[in-house]
Amino acid sequence: MELIMIFLIGIIFSVSTYLILTNSLLRVIFGIVMLSHGAHLLLLTLSGFNDGAPPLLGEEASVYMDPLPQALILTAIVISFGVTAFLLVLGYRTYRAHETDKMDQLRGNADE
Amino acid sequence: MNNLLLVPVVAPFLIGTILILFKNHHRTQRVISAITAIIMLVFAFYITYEVYVNGIQTVELGTWVPPFGIVLVADLFAGLMVILSSIVGVVCLFFAFQTISPEREKFFFYPFYMYLLAGVHGAFLTGDLFNLFVFFEVMLIASYILIVHGGTKYQLRESFKYVVINVFASIFFIVGIAYIYGITGTLNMAQIAERVAELEQTGVLNAIAVLFLLVFGMKGALFPLYFWLPNSYFGPPSAIAALFGGLLTKVGIYAIIRTFTLIFVHDPGFTHNLILWLAAGTMFFGVLGAVAQFDFKRILSFHIISQVGYMALGLGLYSQLAIAGAIYYIAHHIIVKSALFLFCGATEKITGTTDLKKMSGLLKTYPVLGWLFLVTAISLAGIPPLSGFFSKFALILDGIDQGRYFIVFISLLVGILTLFSMMKIFIYVFWGEESLKGEQRNRPLMPLLMPILPLVALTVILGIGAEPIFSFSMEVAEQILEPSNYINAVLKE
Repeated sequence: MELIMIFLIGIIFSVSTYLILTNSLLRVIFGIVMLSHGAHLLLLTLSGFNDGAPPLLGEEASVYMDPLPQALILTAIVISFGVTAFLLVLGYRTYRAHETDKMDQLRGNADE
Repeated sequence: MNNLLLVPVVAPFLIGTILILFKNHHRTQRVISAITAIIMLVFAFYITYEVYVNGIQTVELGTWVPPFGIVLVADLFAGLMVILSSIVGVVCLFFAFQTISPEREKFFFYPFYMYLLAGVHGAFLTGDLFNLFVFFEVMLIASYILIVHGGTKYQLRESFKYVVINVFASIFFIVGIAYIYGITGTLNMAQIAERVAELEQTGVLNAIAVLFLLVFGMKGALFPLYFWLPNSYFGPPSAIAALFGGLLTKVGIYAIIRTFTLIFVHDPGFTHNLILWLAAGTMFFGVLGAVAQFDFKRILSFHIISQVGYMALGLGLYSQLAIAGAIYYIAHHIIVKSALFLFCGATEKITGTTDLKKMSGLLKTYPVLGWLFLVTAISLAGIPPLSGFFSKFALILDGIDQGRYFIVFISLLVGILTLFSMMKIFIYVFWGEESLKGEQRNRPLMPLLMPILPLVALTVILGIGAEPIFSFSMEVAEQILEPSNYINAVLKE
């Protein structure tokens, strides 16, 4: 299971690297979203997939899951959700102001 | 247990949320935010006093015992940083009252200003790697909004890059946290430090150290990851640029110093040497960028980069004297850099431009502004009676002691080039034929100058009172170079 996940994370990271390096605003944002998903999966994978019962007090089980990474990912997902929403709005406003979504046209100096 | 530590984090957060309710009453917002900022400054002093007298203070949130729950920790270093950021917070707020237009004020300027302070203070005080990430994000999201606030064409374009780069770095922060959680099984910094000491830092832990250096280096604008800074700091108004220039990169540097004096200390031959060379690159290329520019704000932005190098240099040399020098330098830099950005804002308010070639001869009409700027500028360059000299002196002294002559040479060269580019600003802006027209001659100067005066006074005091202040930073350095203090205070062993 861990091995499959590591390969999956590798694929996600390479796809998102490709997307971030492209010329379009929206693709860069998609790349960032993909990359954050990859990072969250990595956090889940590296903390281990040992099978066990839910970590509840009072349930007598010999092995428990580690609940901490899931709590961390929950926080990280909320943050990346907020940042993604902000990025989409910012990307849209940039597109409207400059009337282009090509990254190589979004450069130049301060005096327009 | 000391609940006072919660004040610098929770108070701005709550007040910021309350300020949203006063969307259309910008005077009410001003009064509330000014009172909050001043109260926070008082509390910051009180917390540091408490730490100084009674040792490292901690608070466990929800009374969960340390390795499991979330802790806030204040040692002398964190306390000092909270004081400095509160000072800059107050001063830039009062400058913003003078220079930010009411249209901007109505669009939630003050709430996000408060959230930024909450995030910065949280990042200084947290004792937990994941909460460091969360507070970084609080701070960064507030900074994304402040940097694009006003939404000019230039701001939108450069902010997009700023946001993407910072989100990218944050994602790699999560990757680093994932690795360190996978290896040590904990996120409490004190406990990580213990486990890393048991594991002996080689192989994969060195890789993690470099990953964290990459992440914090990107936030702190270390060589070669500083390229985003000058363009994005050019966009927003000077009050915001002063706040960012004073605080944001220093949070990255604080995180580097914290992790590389507490956690990754067992292989200094590799990690700290790496930091030393990065510091040399940062100083040199940052100042070269500054020399090439002809814009007030851009020169100052490039100087942030070159001076971040001095702080990293202190950590790279890794001795008590050098770290004390770095801490002194951080205090000096936060104060002086904010003051210089505010001077930039004041001249921009007077002349309407930041281009050096479009203004000259301000000294005749506004002599006070000119001479105060000169004092601050030579303090930045490190001329003896002012604060810049003593911090650099400690670093260079220790560099010579350790036989790192090349690095010492670079830092001296950078000092000269800094002086050169600050003089360039002074000559272009204040000397020469007067170019002011009409109403530009009669702008009221005092309201603009009032917020800057305390900062100029502080840099003079830091210089003249170097003896007690330097011995204080030696104590801070002693405390952070002995990680067992921190670990025992947090884990209560």
